[in-house]
Amino acid sequence: MKSDIYHQDKHIDSEIDIIEQTVSSEYKYGFVTNIEADEAPPGLSEDIIRFISSKKNEPEWMLEWRLKAFKQWQKMEEPNWAHIKYPRVNYQDIIYYSAPKQKVKPGSIEEVDPELRKTFDKLGISLEEQKRISGVAVDVVMDSVSIATTFKTQLSELGIIFCSMSEAIQKHPDLVRKYLSSVVPASDNYFAALNSAVFSDGSFCYIPKNTRCPMELSTYFRINAQNSGQFERTLIIAEEGSYVSYLEGCTAPKRDENQLHAAVVELIAMERAEIKYSTVQNWFPGDKDGNGGIYNFVTKRGLCKGDYSKISWAQVETGSAITWKYPSVILKGDYSVGEFYSVAVTNHFQQADTGTKMSHLGKHTKSRIVSKGISAGKSQNSYRGLVHVGKNALNARNFSQCDSMLLGDKCGAHTFPYIEVKNNTAIVEHEATTSKIGEDQLFYCNQRGIDTETAVALIINGFAREVMNKLPMEFAVEAKKLLAVSLEGSVG
Amino acid sequence: MNMDLIRDRMLAFKHNEDGVGFSKIRSEAIDLFEQVGIPTSRNEEWKYTRLGGLFQSPFTFPEMSMEVIEYSANYLPGHDTANIIVFVDGVYSSVQSKVTSKGLQIMSLEEGHKKYPSFVEAHLGDSQRYIQDGIIALNTALIHGGVFIFAEKGKLIDKPLYIYHLVGCQRNNMLSQPRSLVHIAPGAQLQIVETYVSIGQKESLTNEVMEVIVEEGALFDYVKIQHDAVHANHLGTTYIRQIGKSVVHTVNLTFQGKLVRNNIQIIMEAMHSEAYLYGLYVQDDKMHVDNHTVVDNRVPNCYSNELYKGVLTGHSTGVFNGKIFVREDAQKINAFQSNKNILLSETATINTKPQLEIYADDVKCSHGCTVGRLDEEGLFYLQSRGVSEGVAKALMLHSFMMDVLEQIKDVELREYIDQLIVNKLHLS
Repeated sequence: MKSDIYHQDKHIDSEIDIIEQTVSSEYKYGFVTNIEADEAPPGLSEDIIRFISSKKNEPEWMLEWRLKAFKQWQKMEEPNWAHIKYPRVNYQDIIYYSAPKQKVKPGSIEEVDPELRKTFDKLGISLEEQKRISGVAVDVVMDSVSIATTFKTQLSELGIIFCSMSEAIQKHPDLVRKYLSSVVPASDNYFAALNSAVFSDGSFCYIPKNTRCPMELSTYFRINAQNSGQFERTLIIAEEGSYVSYLEGCTAPKRDENQLHAAVVELIAMERAEIKYSTVQNWFPGDKDGNGGIYNFVTKRGLCKGDYSKISWAQVETGSAITWKYPSVILKGDYSVGEFYSVAVTNHFQQADTGTKMSHLGKHTKSRIVSKGISAGKSQNSYRGLVHVGKNALNARNFSQCDSMLLGDKCGAHTFPYIEVKNNTAIVEHEATTSKIGEDQLFYCNQRGIDTETAVALIINGFAREVMNKLPMEFAVEAKKLLAVSLEGSVG
Repeated sequence: MNMDLIRDRMLAFKHNEDGVGFSKIRSEAIDLFEQVGIPTSRNEEWKYTRLGGLFQSPFTFPEMSMEVIEYSANYLPGHDTANIIVFVDGVYSSVQSKVTSKGLQIMSLEEGHKKYPSFVEAHLGDSQRYIQDGIIALNTALIHGGVFIFAEKGKLIDKPLYIYHLVGCQRNNMLSQPRSLVHIAPGAQLQIVETYVSIGQKESLTNEVMEVIVEEGALFDYVKIQHDAVHANHLGTTYIRQIGKSVVHTVNLTFQGKLVRNNIQIIMEAMHSEAYLYGLYVQDDKMHVDNHTVVDNRVPNCYSNELYKGVLTGHSTGVFNGKIFVREDAQKINAFQSNKNILLSETATINTKPQLEIYADDVKCSHGCTVGRLDEEGLFYLQSRGVSEGVAKALMLHSFMMDVLEQIKDVELREYIDQLIVNKLHLS
C-alpha cells in the first residue's frame, strides 16, 4: 500500500516536471535580425497612406482605392463578438510600413542582403536549399515587403505568374484591378478595411487556363521590426481547369509588446479549378506569463466562382497571442466543393477564436469541416463556424466535425457553430465533442513501456492526424514538430 | 406597443409603493430595461428573432377586470382531478384556481411574500441577474399578479399542476406578463404542465417568467405546451436553479403561435444533479419559433442530456440555440446535446447553434445537430409495400418525433399531444 502511494507521488512529481518543462520551453524562432529598415513614422493618417503608396510607386487608382478603404475604416468599429480578451489596440502607435533597407533592388537571389539570407537560414528555409532540393517556389515577405521570389523563370515558362503584390500592381495592373477585393471587399470588416488601406505587400499568383502548377508555391512571412504591424495581401487566381497548391508559413521575433498582423487572403477558382491553401502559423505566442505576442486578425476567403471548382483550406495554428481567423469558402458555382481542415493549439495565455464559413449558394455544392482544437495551460480555444445554405442551393451537403481536447484544468474549449438552412434539400450535419486524454489510453501506453510524455504526444498526433494528412508533405513534417514543441508534456 | 406606454407604466409602478417589498427588484429591472431596452438582432441572444415589429404594434396592457373566461375546449386531459392555476391576462385568478393535492400550496406572490418573506426575497428576480435581458427585465419591472407555488417538504404531489394562461384579446392587442415563483422543498416531487389560450381575433403577446428553485432530493417535471391561436406571440423564460442534488425533467412543445420564444435555463448548483431537456417544434405557415436553452454546470459530477427536434413546413422559421457551460473546476461533467430538424417545404428555414463553453478538462461533452428532409429511400420502401405517400410520411414523421414524445410519462397527456400533432400536420 505504502509503495503504491509513493509511486503515485512520484508519478505526480514527474507530471509536474513535464509541465514545468513545457512552460519553460522557448519560442525558438524568437531572434531579431539586425537589418537596417526603412520605416514610416508610427501612426495612421491619409499622409501615411500616401507615403506607403508613393514608396511603392503605385499608380493613382491604387492610391484612391486605399484612401477609400481608409475612409470606410474610420467609420467602422472594432468587432468585439469574438471569445477573446485583449487591451485595446492603439492604431496610432503602429508603424505601418517597414522595409528592410536595400541599396539596389536584387535581380536574383544571390544579390539579396546576406544578413537577411542568414535569417531565413535560421528559419530553416534557406532559399538555395529550397531551390535545389524541395522544388518549392518561395516568396518571402519580411516586415511587409516581399524580399525574393524563387523559381520565377521556371514558372513563367508555363505562364504562371508568382510574384509580390507590389510587382503585380506594376506589371499586371489589369488582373489586380479586376480581382483585388472582389472576394473580400474593403468594407467587409474592420481589419479587412485596415489592411486595404495600408497593406504593403504580399503575394500574387495567377495560374492560366488548364495549367497544373508543377510545384508547391510558398510564402514565408516574418515580422522583424519593433512596433510594426504586418499587413500583407495575397491574391490567387486559378483559371479554368487549373490547379495550384499554396503554402504559407509565419514567424516573428520575441518582443514584449504585442504586434499586429492583419492580413487579407483572396482566392478565386474558376470552372474546374482547384486551389489548395495550407498555413502553418507560428507567430510568437507571447511568453509564459502572457506578455507580448502577435495579434493575428486575418480575413481569408475563397470564391468557388466556376462550376466544379474546389477550394481547400488546411491550417495548423500554434502561434499568436490572439488568433481571430475564419478562412471561408463561398460556393457559388454548381457542384463546387469547399473544405476546411484545422488544428489549433493554444498554450499558456494564448487565445484563439478560429473556424470557418461555408456559404452554399450554387446547386449540388458540398463542404466538409474538420476542426481539432487542443488547449493547454491557461489558454482559451474557440471554434466558431457558419454553414449557410441559401434558398437556391439545391442538394447542398455539409458535414462538420469539431473536436476539442483539454490538457490541464485551467484552460477552456468552446464551440460556436452557426447553421442556417433555407433549403429543404440540404443535408447538414454537425458534431462536436470535448474531452481530455483518457487515463485508460495513457495507462495502456505506460503499460507497454511508453513514458507519459511520449504517450501524450502519440495520442495528440492521433487526434490531429485527420488534418495533418491533408497537409502537403513539406509542411506535414514541420507541423508535426511544431505540435510536439507547442505541447511538450502538457499532461492533463 | 409604444415604448412611451411601457415607460409610463414603469414610472407608475416605480412610485406605486404597494408595501409588499417588490420595489427593490422592480427598480433594478427598470434601470436594466432603461439600459438595454428591447433586444435587437445585434444582440447575439436575439440574432435570429426580431422583436422590433412586435413592439411597434399597438399592444395595450390589460385592464384588471378579472373576467371569467370560458375555456373548456382547451382543457387538458384529467382536468377535473388535477390541480389548476388560471392566469387571466397575465394575472393570477384565485377564483378559477383549485388545489386538490395535499402538500401543495398555491397563493398570490404578495401572500407568498408575507408568509415566506426570506425565501421570496432571496429568489424572486434572480433570473434577471443571470442574463441581462430587456424582455425579462420588462416582466420584472411590471411584476404584478404573480403566483407562488410551494411543494412542501417530502411531499410527492400525486396530481399534476395545470397552469392555464388565458388572454382575452377580443377588443385590443393584449400584452400579458404572467409571473410565477416555484419552490420545491427537499424531497418533494411536482409536475407542472403549462398551456396557453388566447381568445379573440386580436393579437396577444405573452411575456412570461417562471423561476423555480429545486432543493435536495426533489424532482421537478415540467411540460410546456404551446398550442395557442395563430396570432398569439409568446416570450417565455423558465429559470430553474437546482440548489440541492435533484432531478429536473423538461419537455417543451410548440405547435402553434406567431412568434414564439422559449428560454429554458437550468443552473446546476449541487453535485450529482441531473437535468433532462426535451423539445419538439412543429411549424407551418409563417410561424417563427425560437428555442434557447442553457445548462450551466457550476459544480462537479453533474449529468445533463438534451434533445430538441423540429419539423418545419410552409414559410416557417426555426431557431435553436443550446448552450452548455462547464465552469472552472466543475470536473466530471457529462453533458450531451442534440438538435435534429426536418424541413418539409422549400421555403422553411432553420438556424441552429449548439454551443459549448468549457473551462474544465475532465469532462465528457458533446453536441450535434442535423438538418435534412425525409429519407426518400424510406418513403419509397413504404410505398412499394402499398402504403400511400401521405401515410408513409406520417409514419416516418411520427417515428422521428417519438423519442421526444415518449418523454411525456402520462399516457393520456401523451395521446392528447399526439392528436395535436396529427391535426397540425393533417396526418392520419
